[in-house]
Amino acid sequence: MDYLIRFSQSHETFRLPEIEALALIEGVELEVISYSLDSPFCVVHLPSEDAAKRLIRRSILVMSIHELWGSGVTLDDVHAAVRSTTPHLWPRYLSCSFKFTLDSYQGSRAADDKITIINSFAYLGFAGLIVMRRPDEEFTLFEDWEFNSTPLGIPDPKCYFFGRYLATGARDLPKKLDLKKRRYISTTSMDAELALVTANLALAAPGKLMYDPFVGTGSFPIACAQFGALTFGSDIDGRSIRGDDRKKTLRGNFDQYGLLSGLGGTFTADLTNSPIRRNALGGDGDGVKGRLFDGIVCDPPYGVREGLRVLGVRDPEKSPWAIPKGIEMYKQPDFIPPRKPYSFLAMLDDILQFSAQTLVDNGRLSFWMPTANDEDQEMPVPMHPYLELVSVCTQVFNKWSRRLITYRRIPDAQVDQDAFKSREESAKHPGKTVDELNPFRRAYFNKFET
Amino acid sequence: MKVLTLNFLTCAVKMCKASNDSFPLHPKDAELAKDDVEINLQLLVNVLPRIDWTALRTTSTELGFPELPEQPPTAEDLTSDEKMLQDLHTLLLETQMIEGKLVCGHCGHEYAVREGIANFLLPSHLV
Repeated sequence: MDYLIRFSQSHETFRLPEIEALALIEGVELEVISYSLDSPFCVVHLPSEDAAKRLIRRSILVMSIHELWGSGVTLDDVHAAVRSTTPHLWPRYLSCSFKFTLDSYQGSRAADDKITIINSFAYLGFAGLIVMRRPDEEFTLFEDWEFNSTPLGIPDPKCYFFGRYLATGARDLPKKLDLKKRRYISTTSMDAELALVTANLALAAPGKLMYDPFVGTGSFPIACAQFGALTFGSDIDGRSIRGDDRKKTLRGNFDQYGLLSGLGGTFTADLTNSPIRRNALGGDGDGVKGRLFDGIVCDPPYGVREGLRVLGVRDPEKSPWAIPKGIEMYKQPDFIPPRKPYSFLAMLDDILQFSAQTLVDNGRLSFWMPTANDEDQEMPVPMHPYLELVSVCTQVFNKWSRRLITYRRIPDAQVDQDAFKSREESAKHPGKTVDELNPFRRAYFNKFET
Repeated sequence: MKVLTLNFLTCAVKMCKASNDSFPLHPKDAELAKDDVEINLQLLVNVLPRIDWTALRTTSTELGFPELPEQPPTAEDLTSDEKMLQDLHTLLLETQMIEGKLVCGHCGHEYAVREGIANFLLPSHLV
């Protein structure tokens, strides 16, 4: 049977990847029949009504799913489709309570017209009570109008869909995790809606282990824990995890949402000197052993609002005292080790390498990366022989955008070992100052002018 | 920090990665706390193959828990043996290390744990 997904018309490029990820999580066979970025209506083929309900139950970008009874470019086409394909369904709804609604996207109808349109479905013969609040069944006629149709005086929509309501998505979750009501956030906390979408793309689910190496105040682990995963996080700045040591802490955020059982552990660490146990790549592992995580989710620092630094001394010749001082002081409890600027591209490489080493087979890495909108300054999507690109979703701002990039860890046996060897041999990126190291930061502060 | 996390952490010093003594880190002056967490069989079955069992036995003994069997349980063992499931659940997911130190058995570096958050930042001469 075909089903109609009613998407929210926002974050368009994230919608299909999210539904495809959810199909994997729920084990549902999904076939997309029609989909367009410009329309909130998507027709899919699914094995059953139950599969349809499961598919969207944790979707952030789906508003609802409907059993599709008919569609067409004119209302007469819809009636013809309904009459020819669904008469066997009608008897089921003869006596239940029901209501009809009209959902006009980018358009509207006068109240009288609505009633006329609804009454044109009288041939269905439903004789049950018409109830506006919580009826047994709800039938909806969707209209897809041209943009700006009212001022342009366009009389009819581009097309119609008619279907029976089945279930709504999880669009209440972003409200539950809303940053405005979260006790403890910082300048770069990821908004709840996109954090939840990220968790969906990374296939967070009950029993799975997820890790965020740039955890900050915990937006991603919270979203993953909301979907039942056990989460781990680290950050080079322990203050962001610790907060004010009382209520405003990362742990306090988990507590606020009743998700403490989903918090595995947090620690202060630098990705280039990570304490996470891992094996060198290049072996032929059994798919799990020695690898720890089902998913890695993160929003690494872009070096604009927050610095991009790793452990080490920037210029040992200029500050020769730094290392001896460290040797003398490092055992003090309040010792803060020196940090140096780091290359954004090298960091992306480190994230990919780390993920290849620690993700189980088919585990996913989902991370955010910025890029300029100007084609000449666009940053390429980084690649790794052990990681297969799954999807690239883009959120556009004025002169730059950020992309949510998702990869799948492929089994060792499928890896192109020659490509891996040449990667290992390629040189490290040079440079010392923040601008030399970070092309995005340089472009950002030059206002993306070439 | 749950005891499970200790099974994922080794010494951050690069020179130590090659040494077997750098894992697991040894808890010192550890202060433990216990949360009440609902048993999650699915999670434990998923976690089992990722655990380094020898290291977990060491950690368990060092934290004062009863000795674990020499061989790790299988997924079937966990499903049928309720006591084993409960014990592992308590050790891995309910027990938290709140204060103390984690010591590398190879270089002797001590990583401080404060309020359940371990600090793995290294001074410049160890980076």
